[in-house]
Amino acid sequence: MIIARVIGNVVATQKNERYENARVMLCQPVDLAGRETGATLIALDTVDAGVGDLVMIVQEGWGASTAATGEPGAAIDSAIVGVVDDIDLLPEEQRTR
Amino acid sequence: MQLARVIGTVVATVKNDSLEGRKLLIIQSLDAGLLPQGTPLVALDAVGAGVGELVFWCRGKEASFPFRREDTPTDCTIVGIVDSERHVTTPGSRRRR
Repeated sequence: MIIARVIGNVVATQKNERYENARVMLCQPVDLAGRETGATLIALDTVDAGVGDLVMIVQEGWGASTAATGEPGAAIDSAIVGVVDDIDLLPEEQRTR
Repeated sequence: MQLARVIGTVVATVKNDSLEGRKLLIIQSLDAGLLPQGTPLVALDAVGAGVGELVFWCRGKEASFPFRREDTPTDCTIVGIVDSERHVTTPGSRRRR
């Protein structure tokens, strides 16, 4: 999974039917120090994450479709599967952040 | 998934049979400020997107699921049309850096 911050959401009335009543969230991947890294992406929320939350995102379609809609086989490649409360690193790792 | 703008169309008369009758569009992925990120891609349209529209697209094997799954060779399919730029809600600071 990657760690990202939820930075907004996206409203799309006209969309693939498997996206029906899905929460389409705009997310920005961040490193362990919270700095932005990598490309902005869209993930479907499955844990009621809100804008500003630090979250875990699965970027594999089978898992993401199942988490977001209850079954695989949808055109979904990313889903938020957890809200991160805290990250605890080894001391020597912390110094490198 | 990622946000993108449809910036063009592709005509390819000689192509894989299962791409027959599918609309091929050029898309430019966008970050949260709707600025370009990454390189333009050729995407299959699954929701009736047109040139100039703001969309989001699905990556990987899942991208073939809206079509005849097994034999549609696509790893990039448009699965949603964003209602308008206003419908990409992000905290103020991110808009059009």
